[in-house]
Amino acid sequence: MSQQTVFAMTGGQVSLEGRPVLRGVDLSIGSGEVVAVLGTNGSGKSTLVRAMLGLIPLSGGRTELYGVPPAKFRDWRRIGYVPQRLSVGGGVPSTIREVVASGRIARQRRLRPTSAADREAVARALVTVGLADRAGDPVHALSGGQQQRVLIARALAGEPDTFVMDEPTAGVDSASQLHLAETLATLVREGRTVLLVAHELGPMEPLVTRAIVLRDGRVVHDGVPPQPVGVHALPGHEHVHPHAVSPECGPLTWEPGPPASKEVPGA
Amino acid sequence: MLELLQFPIMQRALIAALLVGLAAPAVGTFIVQRRLALLGDGIGHVALTGVALGFLTGTAPVLTAVVVAILGAVAIELVRERGRTGGDVALALLFYGGIAGGVLLIGLSDNGSNATLMSYLFGSISSVTTQDLWIIGALSAGVLAVVAIFGRELFVLCQDEEVAKASGLPVRFLSLLIAVTAALTVVVAMRVVGLLLVSALMVVPVAASQQLTRGFRTTLALAMAFGVVATVGGLSYTFYVNVAPGAAIVLLALAGFALALGVGTFVRRSRTRESTR
Repeated sequence: MSQQTVFAMTGGQVSLEGRPVLRGVDLSIGSGEVVAVLGTNGSGKSTLVRAMLGLIPLSGGRTELYGVPPAKFRDWRRIGYVPQRLSVGGGVPSTIREVVASGRIARQRRLRPTSAADREAVARALVTVGLADRAGDPVHALSGGQQQRVLIARALAGEPDTFVMDEPTAGVDSASQLHLAETLATLVREGRTVLLVAHELGPMEPLVTRAIVLRDGRVVHDGVPPQPVGVHALPGHEHVHPHAVSPECGPLTWEPGPPASKEVPGA
Repeated sequence: MLELLQFPIMQRALIAALLVGLAAPAVGTFIVQRRLALLGDGIGHVALTGVALGFLTGTAPVLTAVVVAILGAVAIELVRERGRTGGDVALALLFYGGIAGGVLLIGLSDNGSNATLMSYLFGSISSVTTQDLWIIGALSAGVLAVVAIFGRELFVLCQDEEVAKASGLPVRFLSLLIAVTAALTVVVAMRVVGLLLVSALMVVPVAASQQLTRGFRTTLALAMAFGVVATVGGLSYTFYVNVAPGAAIVLLALAGFALALGVGTFVRRSRTRESTR
């Protein structure tokens, strides 16, 4: 696969209500990479991915999506965004199917009725996250982990090349975490690009090809995760190793195992 | 029972009630989904200034109300978009300004009086003329067309604005569209239930409907049904008993909500019992 650049940020700065959250981030993510953004609360993880999508304006530097600034980007069907919390709650009930089907919006045109392709994609997404038998249930009746699966299914339904997931494991039970790791493994096999924000990786760890650690709005580590993938990528494979990339480790305390594949700009 | 259909005044009033009963809950469903249930109230307050401006300048109050309500809705949307800090206070200031401005301007005009003010605050469906009916019909059709054409996009927007943005939807345009549609609905419903009770027709049928439904589409459809039953039923009641139609309509809608709440609670409870058995 030719390495196309999906996300490119140079000198990215973001201030929220006058407080600097990102202080100059240089980052480039190519297609097919499975990147985890790690860091403690308040390190700027969420802000980074939302800024890369153009959801938050930069106060300095620039960022591009497939080579285009977010404001001029038109090919949104290539992006599947899974937001952090479930705001599906809304004031009005919605069924799981309705929420998942809304993930097709970037592929639909006004005044065109729902197509057979739309329906098939929605059905596939529901099967992938294991909620096909509950498609008619209201979303607000689900547990946190199940709601997270609905949000992932919504992104899946759009059949994007790139997935951006903001804390998909936060507040999710271990069964749903395993399910999520399986879904992620499928995406990786299909060669999709995945950018995910996480507090801890849990069962997704073997799938991640690159870890970016943020601290105080700066990248303090950018490179391969401590252990190579390979057999560890198999779903269900359990392994134990020291967590070299813990949110606390910085460029001085972190000791690379295998050589880093990427330089660490700005760190 | 059908004798009420023999009076032209009543015929016009019933058609107006039917249209408003359909349009208000249709927009209301999206507004409630977006957690902006009080948007209609805000626009209603601002629209009063528009009505008064009509009296002062000798233009049709409905037209000036449309213009001012749209301006008010856009202002509210821009304040909302700018951020949370102080947003609700800014909205409150706008509401008070709308009411006070309306009362002041009515006082300045020669042909306005407290009675005309009351008819806009609480509705005067019996005074609906054929010309009014055309305006109400066109506005309602516009509102329903917006829901039909943009419903899918508005659903995404009202669920999560950031997801809408990351799906490439024109978020700014859609936000203004829903605000303007709400403004039009307020003006349409103003003649039927009055500016002070407009918001009830946008919110109460939706609140009643969602007690009984599991999905968005069904909530929308049932809310429109509830809306029509409330407006047509409430109006018919006032044919026999001399009370203000606006009040009768809103109280009927609230009674529908209480009933739906009871039925919904009962259904949910028996469903839980079934699943735990």
